[in-house]
Amino acid sequence: MSTLSTEPAARPAWLDRLGHAWRTRRAALPTLAAVIIFIGMVIYGEAVYGRILQYNTISNLFVNNAHLIIIAVGMTFVILMGGIDLSVGAVIAFSSVAGVMLVNAGWNPWLVMVLMVAMGGGFGALSGVLIQYSRVQPFIATLATMFLARGLASMLSTVPERLPEDSPVRLVHYNIKLIDGPRVNDLIVTPGVIIAALVVAGAVFTLHRTQFGRTIYAIGGSEQSAQLMGLRVARTKAWAYVISGSLAGLAAVVYTSRLGAAQNITGIGWELDAIAATVIGGTLLTGGAGYVLGSVVGALVLGLMTVLITRDGSIPPEATTIITGGILLVFVLLQRAVVGRKRA
Amino acid sequence: MNGVRAWLRGLVRRQYFWGIVAILLLLGLNLIKDPTYLAIRTNPATGNLAGNLLDILRASAPILMISIGMALVIATGGIDLSVGSLMAVAGAVCMEFLNPITDASSVGAMFAAVGLALLLAGVLGAVNGVLVTVVGLQPFISTLVMMLAGRGVAKVITSGQNTTAVNEPFRWIANGYLVRFPVVFLIAVAVVVLVALVVRRSALGLMIEAIGINRAASRMSGIKPRGIIISVYVMSGMLAGIAGIFAVSSVMTVDVSRTGYQLELDAILAVVIGGTSLAGGKFSFGGTVVGSLLIATLDKTVVFLGVSAAATPAFKAAVIIVLCLLQSDVRALIRRHLPGAARRGPAGGGPASAAGRDREVPANQEGPANQEVTATRQREVTV
Amino acid sequence: MDGPSPIVEMRGISVTFPGVKALDDVSFRLFPGEVHSLMGENGAGKSTLIKALTGVYAIDAGTILIEGRERRLHSTADAQAAGISTVYQEVNLCPNLTIGENVMLGHEVRGRFGIDWRATHRAATEALARLGLADLDPRRPLASVSLAIQQLVAISRAMVVNAKVLILDEPTSSLDAAEVAQLFSVIRRLREQGVAILFVSHFLDQVFAISDRITVLRNGRFEGEYLRRDLDRATLIAKMIGKDLEALRALGSHRHTSAQDRTTGPLLRASGLGRKGSIEPTDIELYPGEVVGFAGLLGSGRTELARLLYGADRPDSGQVEVDGAVVHLNTPVDGLDHGIAYSTENRRDEGIVGDLTVRENVILAVQARRGWARPLSRREQDEIVRRYITALNIRPADPEALIKNLSGGNQQKVLLGRWLATHPRLLLLDEPTRGIDVGAKAEIQAEVSRLADDGVAVVFISSEIEEVVRLSERIVVLKDHHKIGEIVNGPDVTADQIVEVIARHDSGVETQLGAEEVSAGVTVEKESA
Repeated sequence: MSTLSTEPAARPAWLDRLGHAWRTRRAALPTLAAVIIFIGMVIYGEAVYGRILQYNTISNLFVNNAHLIIIAVGMTFVILMGGIDLSVGAVIAFSSVAGVMLVNAGWNPWLVMVLMVAMGGGFGALSGVLIQYSRVQPFIATLATMFLARGLASMLSTVPERLPEDSPVRLVHYNIKLIDGPRVNDLIVTPGVIIAALVVAGAVFTLHRTQFGRTIYAIGGSEQSAQLMGLRVARTKAWAYVISGSLAGLAAVVYTSRLGAAQNITGIGWELDAIAATVIGGTLLTGGAGYVLGSVVGALVLGLMTVLITRDGSIPPEATTIITGGILLVFVLLQRAVVGRKRA
Repeated sequence: MNGVRAWLRGLVRRQYFWGIVAILLLLGLNLIKDPTYLAIRTNPATGNLAGNLLDILRASAPILMISIGMALVIATGGIDLSVGSLMAVAGAVCMEFLNPITDASSVGAMFAAVGLALLLAGVLGAVNGVLVTVVGLQPFISTLVMMLAGRGVAKVITSGQNTTAVNEPFRWIANGYLVRFPVVFLIAVAVVVLVALVVRRSALGLMIEAIGINRAASRMSGIKPRGIIISVYVMSGMLAGIAGIFAVSSVMTVDVSRTGYQLELDAILAVVIGGTSLAGGKFSFGGTVVGSLLIATLDKTVVFLGVSAAATPAFKAAVIIVLCLLQSDVRALIRRHLPGAARRGPAGGGPASAAGRDREVPANQEGPANQEVTATRQREVTV
Repeated sequence: MDGPSPIVEMRGISVTFPGVKALDDVSFRLFPGEVHSLMGENGAGKSTLIKALTGVYAIDAGTILIEGRERRLHSTADAQAAGISTVYQEVNLCPNLTIGENVMLGHEVRGRFGIDWRATHRAATEALARLGLADLDPRRPLASVSLAIQQLVAISRAMVVNAKVLILDEPTSSLDAAEVAQLFSVIRRLREQGVAILFVSHFLDQVFAISDRITVLRNGRFEGEYLRRDLDRATLIAKMIGKDLEALRALGSHRHTSAQDRTTGPLLRASGLGRKGSIEPTDIELYPGEVVGFAGLLGSGRTELARLLYGADRPDSGQVEVDGAVVHLNTPVDGLDHGIAYSTENRRDEGIVGDLTVRENVILAVQARRGWARPLSRREQDEIVRRYITALNIRPADPEALIKNLSGGNQQKVLLGRWLATHPRLLLLDEPTRGIDVGAKAEIQAEVSRLADDGVAVVFISSEIEEVVRLSERIVVLKDHHKIGEIVNGPDVTADQIVEVIARHDSGVETQLGAEEVSAGVTVEKESA
């Protein structure tokens, strides 16, 4: 029989609390890192380029990236489950082109906006069915959906389709002045940003306070265990892809209203941005851990990165995809290193 | 007569038989619109052959290259989404290299450009391979990143421009004729034959298939999966590089946004039509060749019949979806919904789930110490 | 203990798979407030019976009565609804979620704004308290506690969903002694609360420590149900392997202890070779031309030791010498380079490459050793394949047949051919005769003898102790991840002696050696405290 170890000397209470927080909230660490990175970038940008920490820059950051935040939220759902959705960019393209064409054809713009979301949901349902009921791997299924959506969008139109100037759809981009600063330096918010905020709030609630959301985390942790514990795995998986597709449709509404036009080449590479935002925000690519708020931070990091690169001027715009890809790779490798060590 | 019949029967059973049928059907459609579709003329000036069939062969050259590479990668159980971008990289290297060279007839320059392009494409392929085997990333994420980063690399090489260049030997690759046949097709055939010989004549093909079918058993038998998988990604990269050279040589311009764009779809489709399973394992060069010819025929037919070219990607995607459904054993799907007998039959889910890379519920819940499975009993589908 | 009527009664259960009858007219009863152990060797049908009870398999014949009412269990959900919960060896919880959440998953407490986490964690603490784990913080992530605690969490989850029957499938395989004691105190608590517990384990001592009742299965058939107090270890083992002690006494060794050529030293010597969690540091010597049998029950460490001797697994401790020189066997390639070959017990996952032909499967290891650039010519391949198809009588004798279409016995022979083709100096055969017909068994056993006569060192692992006795010159006995003894075989050594060695060996208890055992050269390693 082994001898009992002696009791450790009494430890200060704060150390205990820190230890407790470390043990219970360790999964939040990567998200915290993302926040720190964001703050760091803001400080760096302000110091080197100036005019970052001011109303209009911050407003533009949110307004211009509202669509990215929305698809990042959708991507978070799917990645948390251990899947992936490569079709979001293409779905946005199809949804926006189809939507604008319908508006131009005289359909009720409000109805069209709802339809745009529904079309996204339709593609999501297709992916979900393929993955869950036909046992196709998520990346193949959503790759096929991506090509399908992009192809259909190209069939509809290959030239920019413009929204009429007075279309209610453009209202989603209506500038609401919150704070009137000097000259153009105003804090502006648009319904698009509000929509994004509502989506984030809804996602946080769903993921942390509903059984559907907890099932998503459970599947990401161990799909077999989730199944054995009696959770409705098949349904949840399919619905997660429907959500991702629908949010892509919603993002299409927000983006189209801002641009005032839609084209079939919209959204190329946006799935990478959404994945990068999610991964930067601390969600494990293998699933099971991560927070929606982290993905929001990740989206802002990417948005801010674009702003800084533009300000800098020395990095060619074509390098942004390499940089995004590189950042994604770095984060994935980091995740791999941390998870790998734990398993060993 | 008996030998012929047996050969025919063997042919029908091969999965790519239906690919051949599809090609014939498409050609038939074209014939309906224009009865002279299949005519092969001789160009009076040069003596070279010309005609729609030759156009198809010429168009199939780059597709052949990337599909062969894709077949090898898929056989090991992976995927290479970066082939289109690597085409653009190779094209960018060639054009940037040749652009400042004033001697438009320099053969040396042509070879140097080709060599550089293949080298870079091979290196990027090796990066893919290392990420997949050494680092252990899922193939789709590593090659997805490479797909987007690669296009960025191409843009950086040309500083965002669609660089052009003038070099006769280089232009000859995609536009020239040899023994009255388009050179590009002859080169493609030569490369396919070379790769097929190397893979099938050596033990490489056997090892690739073994790794794809059962990686654990391959390891236990003394195969070293790592080196082979990296080599396969390098080959895929270099073949994509050749495809890029073809693409760029035909117009002597590289379009950093459009060169190779979405061609990974074509490669995957060609491989799948050819009968290779997306889950890995046995692969077929012959089938992949048929698949590539089918895609080239499809592309040309669409244009010829006046259908909007924008429709083809959607159509190809639909075909992939249908083939995936068929490959993942729809029979099992149906059986699952039958009461009683369903749950003890042979494994559902076919190759797509058997590989275990899918995050499916593994049917076998027995821990290693409790294994009572005999070889004849199949895996179980948990309801 | 023998309270009211059984809570679960399975009568005349039969389950058939293509070609195999996994369960044949088996009966089984579970009483509330009792711990009932299910015992049996590989292929006995334990796993199948449990899956039939938990709704994973549908039964072909027989009835299942739960609380007196006949039930048809079509799915795991059905079983759960009937009050049957299972905790598997690999725990089957979600490691990324908290302890409390795992306990309450699917049954979280709802408030007005969705899930009320405070109330949920409180409910979790109550459930854990039922097992005596009230001071476990439910907010901790599951992955932060040991596997033993995770298992207890899984058990409390089972209680939350109101299990009346708790099935524990090999729960102690990865636990140390203190953790096992904790688990047992939890089991006893639940037993007092009236839960019926089905305890499946191959650790004999634990089964005897905790069970009230024991049922033995063998080859898919019901051997008997006994009260623990009416059974002793030796009888139990005998029932599990199907021979009574008298019959075992009659089975002697067929191999005569021939004068072994020990002058040149061992082919392989391992000192302190071990791997955490699978086999304790072990010493072993293997000589050319000698058949050494590894005897022991399932999970004793036989496979793990053999794998280390090949390089299939990387050892944590110890060293290996081949021909007197230290070698590092970390990968299968290392093993093959030193003339060692290992035939796995897990044909399906680590043996056959299903979609390849018999020919390709046979030459695979030879080809792997030559490397990709030096392919075997077709003629060489044909020669090799023909030789082994004939020598091992592989049927159908078609080199181009896909191996997945062959019967289990013929698949095993193809795999044997694969290893023989590498001309090994040491061949480790792990369960080569499992699940194959009698004729094929005899052929493989004959081949083993022939190999040894040709000078190959052979390690023969089998759960059938009489097979090991019949073929080996020396028998290494393993139990619970330890080597507990070596027996030099002779005409006086019988299978029952080995059974006794296993039965009597206990942690901290020295095994007394009888006179015949001493003369037969039995040595027993003392269990270190």
